[in-house]
Amino acid sequence: MSDDVRDRVRHGTDETAGSAGGAVGGPDETAAGAEQPTNRVRAAARSFGITPEDYMLPARHLIRIVGPDGRVCRSAGEDPEPGHDYPLPADEDLLAAYRRLVTGRRLNEQNSALVRQGRMAVYPSSYGQEACQVAASAHLEPQDWLFPTYRDAVAVISRGVPPEEAMTLFRGDWHSGYDPREYRVGIESTPLTTQLLHGVGLAHAARLRGEDTVVVALCGDGATSEGDFHEALNFAAVFHLPVVFFVQNNQYAISVPLERQTAAPSLAHKAVGYGMAGERVDGNDLVALLAVFERAVRLTREGSGPLLIEALTYRIEAHTNADDATRYRTDEEAEHWRTLDPVTRMRTYLSDRGLLTDDLQAEVQAAAEQAAAELREGMNAEQELDPQELFAHVFTVPTPQLVEQSAQLADELAREEA
Amino acid sequence: MMSTTAETTTPVTMATALNAALADALTADPGVLVFGEDVGILGGVFRVTDGLAERFGADRCFDTPLAESGIAGTAVGMAIGGLRPVIEMQFDAFAYPAFQQVVSHIAKMRNRTRGALAMSMVIRIPYAGGIGGVEHHSDSSEAYYAHTPGLKVVTPATVADAYLLLRAAIDSDDPVVFLEPKKLYFAKDQVDLAALRARYEAGAGATSTSDGSEGGGDPRAALEAGGATIARSGTDATLVAYGPSLPAVLAAAAAAEADGRSLEVIDARTIVPFDDAAVVASVRRTGRALVVSEESGFGSVAGEIAARIQERCFHSLRGPVLRVTGFDIPYPPPKLEQHFLPGVDRILDAVDDLQWED
Ligand SMILES: Cc1ncc(C[n+]2csc(CCOP(=O)(O)OP(=O)(O)O)c2C)c(N)n1
Repeated sequence: MSDDVRDRVRHGTDETAGSAGGAVGGPDETAAGAEQPTNRVRAAARSFGITPEDYMLPARHLIRIVGPDGRVCRSAGEDPEPGHDYPLPADEDLLAAYRRLVTGRRLNEQNSALVRQGRMAVYPSSYGQEACQVAASAHLEPQDWLFPTYRDAVAVISRGVPPEEAMTLFRGDWHSGYDPREYRVGIESTPLTTQLLHGVGLAHAARLRGEDTVVVALCGDGATSEGDFHEALNFAAVFHLPVVFFVQNNQYAISVPLERQTAAPSLAHKAVGYGMAGERVDGNDLVALLAVFERAVRLTREGSGPLLIEALTYRIEAHTNADDATRYRTDEEAEHWRTLDPVTRMRTYLSDRGLLTDDLQAEVQAAAEQAAAELREGMNAEQELDPQELFAHVFTVPTPQLVEQSAQLADELAREEA
Repeated sequence: MMSTTAETTTPVTMATALNAALADALTADPGVLVFGEDVGILGGVFRVTDGLAERFGADRCFDTPLAESGIAGTAVGMAIGGLRPVIEMQFDAFAYPAFQQVVSHIAKMRNRTRGALAMSMVIRIPYAGGIGGVEHHSDSSEAYYAHTPGLKVVTPATVADAYLLLRAAIDSDDPVVFLEPKKLYFAKDQVDLAALRARYEAGAGATSTSDGSEGGGDPRAALEAGGATIARSGTDATLVAYGPSLPAVLAAAAAAEADGRSLEVIDARTIVPFDDAAVVASVRRTGRALVVSEESGFGSVAGEIAARIQERCFHSLRGPVLRVTGFDIPYPPPKLEQHFLPGVDRILDAVDDLQWED
C-alpha cells in the first residue's frame, strides 16, 4: 500500500494501455513447433544441474532461512539440496517487505476491531499469514497480475490497492471496491479456486498478445480439493504459462484439517503430477518466502512454465468472525503458532543484523498506524449509498426490464420519504 | 395427534428441528448418512448437523474433502450402492460446482435406467437472502432445480414443516433438493418435536393449523403429489408464497386486514411437485391472485406459478395474476439487500393493484 507500489502499479497500467488493442499472435511461442512444455521444465532443471524429477519434486526439507528465534538457520549443518538453495534477498528488499508486513499486521488488527464495532459485515483475517500476504506480490512488476481470495485483503493492499477499496466487499457497500485493471489485481474471489482459472486465462491472453505478464494466483489448502484447482494447474502446464500458484496452507478449511483434504505427502507434491515444479516453504519466514518467490517469478517469466509454492502457516484467528474455532481446535495449538509469529521473527532478524534501527522501527510502526487510522476514518464515515446503482452495472446498457424495475424502486423510495 | 398442549410445546428453532429430523432419520434407517463440508465436528456452519458425528459415528456423518462435485458425484454412487445419502452444500452459490452431477446424473438416473436406479438422496442447501451475507451467500437458486425434470424441490417456511418435510424427503425414493431458508434458521415456533416424530413415524395423515405449529398436510403425500397448505384463511385474494417469503406475506396479510381486505395466504411447501389443486381451489374462491417470491422474477418459479393460475382460473379471475419478486439483478451487497427483498410495503402495493374497483 506504500505510495511507491501504488505508483508503480498505476504507472504500469498506463504504459501498457497502448497495447490494449494489440492483435493476438506474434510472439515466437505461439508459432507451430514451439518448444514443448517438457523441454522447458528440462531446461530449468538443467540450469540447476538436477534431473527434471528432482526439479519438479519439492525439496525434502522445508525451505526456511530464518528460524522462529529470528536467527538464520540454514547454516546450522543443513546442506541445502542441489537445485533447492535460495540466496538471501537484498537488504533493501527485506526492509521494503518488512514495512508492508508491519502494516499488514496492523490492518488485520484494525479490520477485526471494525468488525467487532459493527462497521464491517465480516472479515476473514489473515492474522498470522502476513508474511505470505506480503511475499505474494513482492516480486511482481507493474504489468503483472495477482489473483487473490477473500482472505487475501492484505496481499491486495500490499500490491497497491488502497485499504478502504480492498475492504469494500467486507463492509458490504459493493462486491468489489476497486477496478481490477487499475491495480492488476483480480477480484477477492469467494467461490473457491475459480480465480485460479482466471489467472491462467489472463496469462494465456497476455502471451497471445505478446505481453510480458506473470500471474500469481492464490488459494488455501482446503481449496486444493476443488476441481478447478486441478484444471487450473493442468491448463497452465499444458500451455506452459507464466503462472505461480501460491497455496497458503494454514492447516484448516474452516473446521476441516489438512489431513482430511489430502493424502499426498504435501500440497507442493501436487505439482509433479501436472509437470510443473513445486516447492514447500515456511510460510512464517518472510525471508524464505521472498527468496522462493524471487526465483519462481523469475523462472516463470523466463519461460520455465508454471510453478506451485506451498507455504506452511497458520490461521491464528477463527475462519471469520462468525466462526467459533474452539469447536475444532485447541487453544494450545494456536498459542504454539503464535510463538512462530512472522512479524516478531522478521523484526528480530532485521534488528540483529543491524538493518532495523530503533528509529526505523518507529518510522515503520508510525506508517502502519497511519494506514490503520486512514482505514478507520474511511470505514467510520457514513457512506451515502444509492440504491439505483443496483441497476446500473448489470449490463452495458440497462434492459427495458431493469429500467422499469429501477423506476419502481425510485417510486417506492420517494413515497417512503413523503 | 390433533393438538399439542401448552406444557409440551417449547420454542424451537428451524435449525434445531432440522437437526432433530436428521438424527431421527439416522436412527430410523441405518442406510441414511450425512456428509458434506464442515458437517462433522463443527456441526455445519448453521449448526444443522450439530452433534450427529459424535452421536452416530464418523461412518454416518462425516466431512469430505472440499469439493461439491465430489460430494454430489459420490452421493450418486452411494445411492447406487443402496444407501440414502443426505448431502449438504454449504451455501446456495457454492452448490454450483455440483450442478453437473445434479442435472446430468442425479435428476436423470431413474429415467435413464427405466426405474432400475433410484437416486434416493437429499441435497440440503442453505438458501436465499436476508442475512446480510457478502456475495455468493444469498442466491435464490430454486428455479435452476425446479426447471430440471427429475428433481423434487422443497422449501419449508415453518419449524414443524422443516422437521416433517425433511423426514419425508429422506424417506423419498426420488432425489430431493431441500432448500433451507437461511434467514429462518433461527426463527422459533412453539412445537413439540417428540409429538411430530411420533406422528411422522406412525405415518399419520394431515393436520393443518394456521400457525404452522403442527406442520401442514401429510409430508409424505406432499413429496408425492404436492402439499400446499393454507397458512392464513381469507376471502378477497390469494397470496401464494413459500419458504423465505412466507413471513413477509403473512405480515402483509395481517396489515391488509386493517384496510378491510381479507387475504388468503398459501404456503406452497413443495415447488416440485406443485400443488395445483390447492392453489386453484383458493383462487377460484377469492378471484384474485398474487405470487410472492424472493428470487429474481425473470424465468422464475413465481412466473411458473402465475402462469398455471392464469391457465386454470381464467374465468374466476377479476384481474391479472400479479407477482412480487426480487429484481433481475445479481444479489445486492449487504447494505442494499433490503431494497431487493419483497417486503410488506411492496407486497401491499401489489395487492392494491389487484383490481378492486368493481
Ligand atoms: C465452491 C465453494 N465451496 C464452499 C465455500 C465455502 N467456504 C468458504 S471458505 C471455505 C474454506 C476454505 O479453506 P481454505 O481453502 O483452506 O482457505 P482458508 O479459508 O483457510 O484461507 C469454505 C468451505 C466456498 N467459498 N466456495
